[in-house]
Amino acid sequence: MDLDPLLISRLQFAFTIIFHIIFPTFTIGLSAYIATLCVMWMRTGKEHYRVLAQFWTKIFAVSFAMGVVSGIVLSYQFGTNWSRYSAVLGNVVGPMIGFEVEVAFFLEATFLGLLLFGWNRVPPWLHTLSAIAVAAGTLMSAFWILSANSWMQTPVGYEMRDGIAYPLDWLDIVFNPSFFYRLPHMVTAAYLTTSFVVLAVGARYVLAGKHLEHGRTMVRMAVGFAAIVAPLQLVIGDQHGLNTLKHQPMKIAAIEAHWDGSLPGELVLFAWPDEKAETNRFAVTIPHGASIMLTHSWDGLFPGLTSVPPQDRPPVLPPFFAFRAMVGIGMLMILTALTGVWLWWRGRLFSTRWYLWPAQHVWWLGFVAVICGWIVTETGRQPWVAYGLLRTADAVSPLAGHTVATTLVLFVLVYGVVGSMGLYYINRLIMRGPDGPAIEPPSAGTPRWPVEPGRKTSAETALSIPVPSERIT
Amino acid sequence: MESYLPVIWAAIIGLAVAMYVILDGFDLGIGILFPFAETDRERDQMMSSVAPFWDGNETWLVLGGAGLMVAFPLAYSIILPALYLPVIIMLLALVFRGVAFEFRWLGVTSKPHWTFAFAAGSALAAFCQGLILGGLIQGIKVENGAFAGGAFDWATPFAALCGLGLVAGYGLLGATWLVMKTDGIVAGRARIQAKLLLLAVLAFMAIVSIWTPLAFERIAVRWFSLPNILFFWWVPAATAIVAFAAWRWLETKHDVLPFLATIALFLLGYLGLLISNFPYLVPPSLTIWQTAAAPATHIFMLLGTLVMLPIILGYVIFVYWIFGGKLREGEGYH
Repeated sequence: MDLDPLLISRLQFAFTIIFHIIFPTFTIGLSAYIATLCVMWMRTGKEHYRVLAQFWTKIFAVSFAMGVVSGIVLSYQFGTNWSRYSAVLGNVVGPMIGFEVEVAFFLEATFLGLLLFGWNRVPPWLHTLSAIAVAAGTLMSAFWILSANSWMQTPVGYEMRDGIAYPLDWLDIVFNPSFFYRLPHMVTAAYLTTSFVVLAVGARYVLAGKHLEHGRTMVRMAVGFAAIVAPLQLVIGDQHGLNTLKHQPMKIAAIEAHWDGSLPGELVLFAWPDEKAETNRFAVTIPHGASIMLTHSWDGLFPGLTSVPPQDRPPVLPPFFAFRAMVGIGMLMILTALTGVWLWWRGRLFSTRWYLWPAQHVWWLGFVAVICGWIVTETGRQPWVAYGLLRTADAVSPLAGHTVATTLVLFVLVYGVVGSMGLYYINRLIMRGPDGPAIEPPSAGTPRWPVEPGRKTSAETALSIPVPSERIT
Repeated sequence: MESYLPVIWAAIIGLAVAMYVILDGFDLGIGILFPFAETDRERDQMMSSVAPFWDGNETWLVLGGAGLMVAFPLAYSIILPALYLPVIIMLLALVFRGVAFEFRWLGVTSKPHWTFAFAAGSALAAFCQGLILGGLIQGIKVENGAFAGGAFDWATPFAALCGLGLVAGYGLLGATWLVMKTDGIVAGRARIQAKLLLLAVLAFMAIVSIWTPLAFERIAVRWFSLPNILFFWWVPAATAIVAFAAWRWLETKHDVLPFLATIALFLLGYLGLLISNFPYLVPPSLTIWQTAAAPATHIFMLLGTLVMLPIILGYVIFVYWIFGGKLREGEGYH
């Protein structure tokens, strides 16, 4: 049997990028949370902020490692599996990837060493600065990656000569038309996702009656943050959708399963879109609903899928279902956050079991929503890899199908082991709690300036840190 | 101006690759030497000596890859499919040994597995990088600006030789790093290992230096035709002197100098490879000019790089300085 290298390369890229995006989503949010905790520790001097920062830094280290190694894989897959993409679009997309490495990747990776291992070696202000550097690095990383991806969605500022894209205006390219919608949407998603992880962990501690002070701080911070940001995300997402309608109408048509553009759009709550018959089966709809949402008028028209020939349409099922899952989770998050704030206001946040019990299980919501969102936007762009410019089928490397199939199997095996073990270890760190193995905080105090290399700090001497097999900080 | 841009970019990518080979080289080398440590305590000490740095070190690999995509997209689009399997297996090996840095501290019953993953992943990644180097030197089949060969074109005895050579070379970097950064049993053993590995590395360098001019005429012409030989004779001579110095410094109980000499040895070997292959980026057919990106792309990225690269080097040096000095047995940065 001949395996189709295009299909298998797509499967491999989808698998590796879905695995990867879990970790940046978490580390973008978590690094900001750790930096916040460090700043609050410095401002208030309260120990439990430092303990919490240390606790989350341990978890950050595990997820960051998985994010780094799976991210390196992606930066090489543009060449290994999508060599025509690189040859045709490298002139334009290349610098965005290059800047991501130079501005962001180095900053995060280098200062992470200081954040993880510098507790006793550098003074608090420098440690806090390292946390901020890591958080800024992850944010700038998102900036450049979203810029590159947005350009693939809405390419501008280039010209084609002999089948190769050449840059004309870098500002147009970097700040392309969908960038200002897609960057906030993703960054907000990352922060929101992390706040729900923090909420779940905090709720778990409060319910179990362990690490109570830390647990309560986490629940309060997460609920307060999410109550503002979750509704905000709804607004950003809506604006993003209108922007997509303007630039990629077929993606919206697939999301809405809207076939005939000469009729007002129904809001399809549920259906099984049938691509062959070009219709929706088992549809439950609100008439005119989609027209009102997208055009703000009762009879507003927007393009349907049948307005282009089948070979120019995206697949309908993945964007259709993934979009509904994403929005559903978003609504659930808003409900969770607002309920939490209401209970907090009533003074019952930490005594309401019907709230805390489900809240301890919400950690995965954001991750699934982010993955669904990316499925919507990436499958909705098909059959193009750069919208209207280069087809996915023309971007693939000249490789044999079985060669790619072999590596896909290897990726599934390796990522399966690494991902499940990572989850297991993170869960164990959470179960162990912020107090960890009982150890005194550096009572002798940390130095005001970086210690002279090779010399022990007073804190280190006082502790003479003994347990090499057990990570303490 | 425009004909110089590819040269500047080749130099930047050359720098990134050299930084990667030296920096990740020593932490991969720690993994390669892992099986020869006797206790978990020793392995903890070895791993702790590189734990704050490995993330940053590996980033140079991303810069090398991304830089190639930015500056020489055509070369990137030919080399990576041609070396598909060694590249992907190297990446998977790096995944295993990378997460082992974290997982090994967290696992209790699974600690031996992550010890193995770290050692095997490091050795396999090093070997694959050697395969990639060998596969590149021996040439890639190109038709109409695209890779036109098979999935196993790289699989030759020469590539395997380069693979083993790089495992030995990274091992040497790792061993001299341990001499510099640790003391006690670990440092003592590393000193002996460094001597053995130095001999092995010299043997591999000698074989490659004899093999490549015999097998590839362009390399023989490059080195042995007049007046080239007058310009290049000092490279092998300097290699011999540096190797001798490294040996002496290992004997006379210097701690830092053997590591520096090993870096010099790597740079000389690297220079030799550059002399053999410049200006080909995809030997034997495509040069840096034929595969270069648009001048507008080169200039845009160059402006950013001129600002960012000194900043990056600045804070990398700062972090190495913070974690300077020797790591004692049983001590971690944790």
